[in-house]
Amino acid sequence: MTFATRTDAARAGGMLTPAYVWLTAAIFLPLSAMLFFSLLSAAPFASHDWRFTTANYTAFFTHSLYPYLLARSLGLSAIVTALCVLIGYPCAYALARQIRGRSREALFLLIILPFWSNSLVRIFSWAIVLRGNGLLDLALNAVLPIPVSLNLMFSFSAIVIGLVHSYLPYVILTSFLALQAIDDSLVEAARSLGAPFRTILWRILLPLSLPGLVAGAVLIFVPVAGSFMEARILGGRAGTLYGTVIEDQFVAVFNWPLGAALSFILLAVVFAILGLASPVLRRAR
Amino acid sequence: MRKMTRLTAFAAVAAAMFCAPAAIAQAAEIRVLNWQGYGTDEAFAVDAFAKKTGNTVVHDYFTSEQEMLTKLRTNPGAYDVVLVNSAFVKQARDEGLIGKIDTSDMPNVKDLSPNLANDPNLVVGGDTYGVAWSWGATSLTVNKDKVSPIPTSLAILWDPKYVGKVSIRDDGIEAIQFAALATGQDINEPKDLDAIKAKLKALMPQVKAFWGSENDWNQFFSAGDFYVSTYWSGAAGRSVAKGLPLKFIVPSDGAVGWLDSLAIPTASKNQAAARAFINYMIDPEFYVQWAAKGAPMSANAKAAAALPDASFNKTTFGDPAVVARVHFVKPLSEETRKQYLELWQELKTGQ
Repeated sequence: MTFATRTDAARAGGMLTPAYVWLTAAIFLPLSAMLFFSLLSAAPFASHDWRFTTANYTAFFTHSLYPYLLARSLGLSAIVTALCVLIGYPCAYALARQIRGRSREALFLLIILPFWSNSLVRIFSWAIVLRGNGLLDLALNAVLPIPVSLNLMFSFSAIVIGLVHSYLPYVILTSFLALQAIDDSLVEAARSLGAPFRTILWRILLPLSLPGLVAGAVLIFVPVAGSFMEARILGGRAGTLYGTVIEDQFVAVFNWPLGAALSFILLAVVFAILGLASPVLRRAR
Repeated sequence: MRKMTRLTAFAAVAAAMFCAPAAIAQAAEIRVLNWQGYGTDEAFAVDAFAKKTGNTVVHDYFTSEQEMLTKLRTNPGAYDVVLVNSAFVKQARDEGLIGKIDTSDMPNVKDLSPNLANDPNLVVGGDTYGVAWSWGATSLTVNKDKVSPIPTSLAILWDPKYVGKVSIRDDGIEAIQFAALATGQDINEPKDLDAIKAKLKALMPQVKAFWGSENDWNQFFSAGDFYVSTYWSGAAGRSVAKGLPLKFIVPSDGAVGWLDSLAIPTASKNQAAARAFINYMIDPEFYVQWAAKGAPMSANAKAAAALPDASFNKTTFGDPAVVARVHFVKPLSEETRKQYLELWQELKTGQ
């Protein structure tokens, strides 16, 4: 940043201070506390006998369980993100470029409404729908001539359904903003030159809205990798993930150091993945 | 049995009369630390105790045993009566948080079941550090519409007939305790962990889902997600009252039991009033009223006998031979807890 005069710089500093204080208090301090915990042998308030150790980090590599679960969680993240993009992008396109006026507002409300409700309530609602003899089975049986029983509850699919529903609004909203910003005249020009919809989508809409789409995908990928509540409620026996293992460390055995170390490993792996993908992401911008 | 009930009621009234004049002299406000909604804070009990002794009762709550210990450590003198699970009495005593209780002015103590009152977790070197108050068990439960005949052994959990129709609680320690029972081992110090691991590994394909709370259990059970499960005795009583077709069984292999005691913090300034309150808490008169609202088993044998014959607690645990099959949990070291959790996570992941 360059400033015309010293007073400008001071004024900018003054205005930015609250933001930096907030960042320090809300992000930097708790994260450093967790980093500190992750290097201890026991949480200091649970035992007086603690020392510094890296054992919590090496535990990740010496137990095959943790890498396996991390891979499983990242796989889940990839599936959920892909599904959200596949479902969310067309929705965003329709909202941004096809629907106008009142009905758009109503549709927006419908998309955001689940977002405003408590996530636990949403997941429990899915439990009621997916359960054997639940709403989904009853509805299908009311329509279909042959009796069917999907009984999706307590399976990997149930976790995916719950997560996709929870995170879909992210990709819709970010893609919507990007798609809406595209100048109509570009599309009209392409159309007047005889471009079919496929070409318009591939050469104009997708490249110009890619930053929004990518931002939405990243917003989904990262939290889903650490998610645990959806898996615990909907997953049944398939519901053990990296996130639930971290939660157990905090809640069940009071082993904050290991839980913190596992969280930081997840953070590092997510950063590494985003880093590897950054050439692609940069091209999107 | 009817005569017995009248007798205990008489004993209760006599005990109350005996208590009253002694305590009215020094009316105090006693502060109780307990789980919320767990007996001591029943409005009828607080009123009756105030009427009897003139002492008022104020409550504070904890949501985990660790929180209870932390509150005692950081607020000395703030509490007069605290609920301590028997598995935590030793730790609280070693830290000097709770003191020994002189039970000589507590007439109801003599009616406690001896095996509960003298539990080695509560009584150390002849001194009582926690007065046995209530107990319950986690045991086998089946859907009696779907499972017949009613099983008498934990082996039903492994019965291939019920594959995908089994549920256990998502708790490694409890799972290991049940596997220890099924392999004929001590629940607190199992010798052969490999046998337990193999047994649990064989159980996993049977399991449809893990339950976590009473609400989970009721939902899963009502939806027919499982027919055979483990369950808490107190919650089972409430579910039966709701009309769910379940049968709670203490099988021949045994059940996992817990015992809660009432203790007095060392720093309490109202020791006499605290003792009077604990004495009232183990009174059959209090227990019968509490049980009508859904209570765990009372450690007081007379109180348990005073229940109506048809009540869940009496039909389930009325027979002393059944009670003898309940194995009470002892405290686990931090290391063992970690080891058990790791084992449990491996098993759940199917590795």
